[in-house]
Amino acid sequence: MSNMNLYDTIPNNVNLSDDKKLKRALEKWLPDFQSWWMDMGPEGFQANDVYLRTAIDVDPKGWAHFDHVKMPDYRWGIFLAAQEKDRKIGFGDHMGKPVWQEVPGEYRGMLRRLIVTQADTEPASVEQQRLLGQTCPSLYDLRNLFQVNVEEGRHLWAMVYLLHGYFGRDGREEAEALLARRSGNPDKPRILGAFNEPIEDWLSFFMFTMFTDRDGKYQLLALAESGFDPLSRTTRFMLTEEAHHMFVGETGVGRVVERTAQLMKEGNDDVRKAGGVDLPLIQKYLNLWFTLSLDLFGGEVSSNAADFFASGLKGRQKEDRLDEHTALDQYYNLNVFRDGKRTMEEVPLRNALNEVLRDSYVDDCQRGVDRWNKTLEEHGINFELKLPHRSFHRHIGEFANVHFDPEGNFLSDEEWDKRKDEFLPSEEDKVFVKSLMHAVREPGKIANWIAPPKRGINGQPFEFEYVRLS
Amino acid sequence: MSTTVSAHEPVNFQTHPDRYHHWKLSIDGDRANLVLDIQEDKPFRGDYLLKLNSYDLGVDIELADAIDRLRFEHPEVKVVVLSSGKDRVFSAGANIRMLGQSDHGFKINFCKFTNETRLAMEDASKHSNLRFLAALNGITAGGGYELALACDDLVLVDDDNSAVSLPEVPLLGVLPGTGGLTRVVDKRKVRRDLADIFCTLSEGVKGKRAVDWGLVDAIAPRSKFEDVVNERTENLKSQVKERSGKGIEWSPVTFTEDGPSRTYEYVTLKCDLEERTATITIQGPGTDAPASAADFREKGVNSWALRAFRELDNALLHLRFNMPECGLILIKTHGVNANVLAVDNFLNDNRDDWYVNEVLTYQARVLRRLDLMAKSIFALIEPRSCFAGCLFELALAADRSYLLDDDNEDRDKAPEVALGPLNAGTYPMTHCLSRLEVRYSGDQSKVDELIKQGTFDPQDAEDAGLVTFVLDDIDYEDEVRVAIEERASLSPDALTGMEASLRFPGSENCDSKIFGRLSAWQNWIFFRPNAVGEKGALKLYGQPTRPEFDWKRT
Repeated sequence: MSNMNLYDTIPNNVNLSDDKKLKRALEKWLPDFQSWWMDMGPEGFQANDVYLRTAIDVDPKGWAHFDHVKMPDYRWGIFLAAQEKDRKIGFGDHMGKPVWQEVPGEYRGMLRRLIVTQADTEPASVEQQRLLGQTCPSLYDLRNLFQVNVEEGRHLWAMVYLLHGYFGRDGREEAEALLARRSGNPDKPRILGAFNEPIEDWLSFFMFTMFTDRDGKYQLLALAESGFDPLSRTTRFMLTEEAHHMFVGETGVGRVVERTAQLMKEGNDDVRKAGGVDLPLIQKYLNLWFTLSLDLFGGEVSSNAADFFASGLKGRQKEDRLDEHTALDQYYNLNVFRDGKRTMEEVPLRNALNEVLRDSYVDDCQRGVDRWNKTLEEHGINFELKLPHRSFHRHIGEFANVHFDPEGNFLSDEEWDKRKDEFLPSEEDKVFVKSLMHAVREPGKIANWIAPPKRGINGQPFEFEYVRLS
Repeated sequence: MSTTVSAHEPVNFQTHPDRYHHWKLSIDGDRANLVLDIQEDKPFRGDYLLKLNSYDLGVDIELADAIDRLRFEHPEVKVVVLSSGKDRVFSAGANIRMLGQSDHGFKINFCKFTNETRLAMEDASKHSNLRFLAALNGITAGGGYELALACDDLVLVDDDNSAVSLPEVPLLGVLPGTGGLTRVVDKRKVRRDLADIFCTLSEGVKGKRAVDWGLVDAIAPRSKFEDVVNERTENLKSQVKERSGKGIEWSPVTFTEDGPSRTYEYVTLKCDLEERTATITIQGPGTDAPASAADFREKGVNSWALRAFRELDNALLHLRFNMPECGLILIKTHGVNANVLAVDNFLNDNRDDWYVNEVLTYQARVLRRLDLMAKSIFALIEPRSCFAGCLFELALAADRSYLLDDDNEDRDKAPEVALGPLNAGTYPMTHCLSRLEVRYSGDQSKVDELIKQGTFDPQDAEDAGLVTFVLDDIDYEDEVRVAIEERASLSPDALTGMEASLRFPGSENCDSKIFGRLSAWQNWIFFRPNAVGEKGALKLYGQPTRPEFDWKRT
């Protein structure tokens, strides 16, 4: 279908060879990206062959091509979903007008900020996860980690293409800055707080891909609606890749839950002693990562969100399934904290769009948690994992600077300090989880604290040598 | 939509560090730390939240108080480091919702007061051996950057994210109203085309480019930020002279109230709401002029030279914020010329003493506040008055003066007016010219000659052009009454514009452009539908709908 140039220096389906200026700009950025990848990408595995999925086309047949490749040779590239003919802006003040193929001048700053903020998370997560390979529970998981990493790298390419292609000199500078910031570096931190915390154990990695990458999915869904067509097309294709990341997260946590259930069924009263992760501890990790991810949606009442929507740059997910697309003269009933009480307040819908997106996200997360609980039920274990109330452990928005327990009950600062280790991983908990992290690198073997997957990758068995370590 | 702020408690401009909500002032040897850590749920009035270290009048009243205290109470301080108590945010500037909720008059007075406070910082740097360093640890937007612009040295954290910005034009459809535009080009000498880009770029400029363009003086990575701030603080210290000896206690100005009228020790303010006038009478000093600088400082806030001017300042701010309908100020004095001149001479002879210098620059600031009143000013020079030296500046500041030439031996001696050494340039107006220079269009020899002459009887004063009208007792009362009634009947807007245009002849400088050019345009924009109409940018900021502009240029 598409004009795929897979074997160019920069694989692409945007006719890069016809756009000499853009090609030159991207080729200049390429070595910087490569050296960033060598410095900040997965530590210690750059020379190994990894069974990776590479996109070779953007239609369903083409985006899942599997082969052993070395990560630095991965075909990073620029792939946009096919252009829809006569696409119109689907929401906001410009609704019904043709989508923009070039950046509208009046929204240039806003649009660039949106893209840079999204782009910054892509390399950030690679940096956060760079040491995880040292403690993989199996080759299968190691491969999944690397798949996630290379795709985050490709997502960076997708965003950098937009910056280079549509934002001139400023865009090029922003693209350079994306490689200059470093997760957790106090001098050059990544833009969003949650992307500056290192991910040092695999339970956190699975939680991250389950919850934090799912925020990414919802941001991409909202950007896929954009009236700026190149952004919409880019993000639509990114979404197909993002789905795998959530698969890694959801099944990863699911397999930990399953292993814990097995250990309990085997009569281990103390799961920790048996080398597993006890369910209350899983709940604490869930509490932590779910809430960090909730913050990524931004404040409940946001003038930026209203502006992004009004100007047609960022919509609601699946805008076409809604009946009304201006979001004017409508109100949203928002959970707020006033005078020591949680209560409801009416907010103009446009200002509440962060919360609208967060609602869909919470529902989606709940579906994953339900599947984990089903596993527990199947093992006859009477324990339910729960998403904490959205007022719990928040650092942004209405509930920042105030404390609540996971049920949403208000806690004084004193009570919170006393009880927070009941809700969130304590230092002791983290030390314990770390103590479980020992690399298992033989094909077909797996760490004790996690169950093997039901299926391998691309029809291969679990024993398959997903990463060739020799 | 929230209600417009209009009916409310009078604004009180007095506070104390113990009562600050938003600033933390601490003294560390010869360095003062002034930390902006705004309590978002403590707005001055109204129901907006002061998010992201954004400020309102309450925050600025505290700042003004802190600056005065640093000048008078803490001579040991050489450098003031302004920083933020919030992580990654210096300040997002004036609170937009506050502006949205405020009526036009409050907005204008708010901007004027904040401008005066920033000028007071620059004045302290120029005249008081104090230097200001702005430690910009994160977002520094709009009024936040304008506050930094009033400092001598700006250090911005270099984290690839933190920027300085003036986003008012692109985001709010108004101007950065606290001197930002003017200081960028006039003070920091940012090239005007780069300034044009900067002022239309809502995200601002960060890192090396901010230094290259002259928007900040230095950048430093987060891990070295403190070190660089400390190093540059030491460097600033080395540029200033010691202010030896102890400071005074900056205790509050006290007064009794009778409705809108106030009685202070040396000043009385009488508001006539019917006539829409305010009469300010200043009692001159007694015969007890200070004997020495040490004696003068010992008296602290109770010396006439300081107390009378603090009281006048308080009365002027009260008139501005709380008495918008009083459109005409009548200024009178009461006392003996020789006593005023004795104080003046003492101050002039001891001006090398830091404290005497502080008092003189304070008087100068109060007189500039008077020049900037959006009210008509008439000086009424009557028998037993003391329009001499520093107090004659009041007559010079007035739009006109009426002298009652009533030389009747049975009653009082006709009033004389007198010039002293301080009239020669100790009290510059906003545009840096003395009021006498302005009165005689820069004719320095005329000014010198008049100061030499010293005292003027009514006829001399009229001949010299020092007063507007000299009237005998038959005409005075009626002439003044008619003038007051006539003045009170004219359009208040036109009068404000006219007076602001006539009061400042001569060349402009950065400060006067802020109050003239910048404020005038801002005040116009504040009234335009493109800003405050139902679809105006300021009105709709933070609302679900985007502004719609009337594209016609005016």
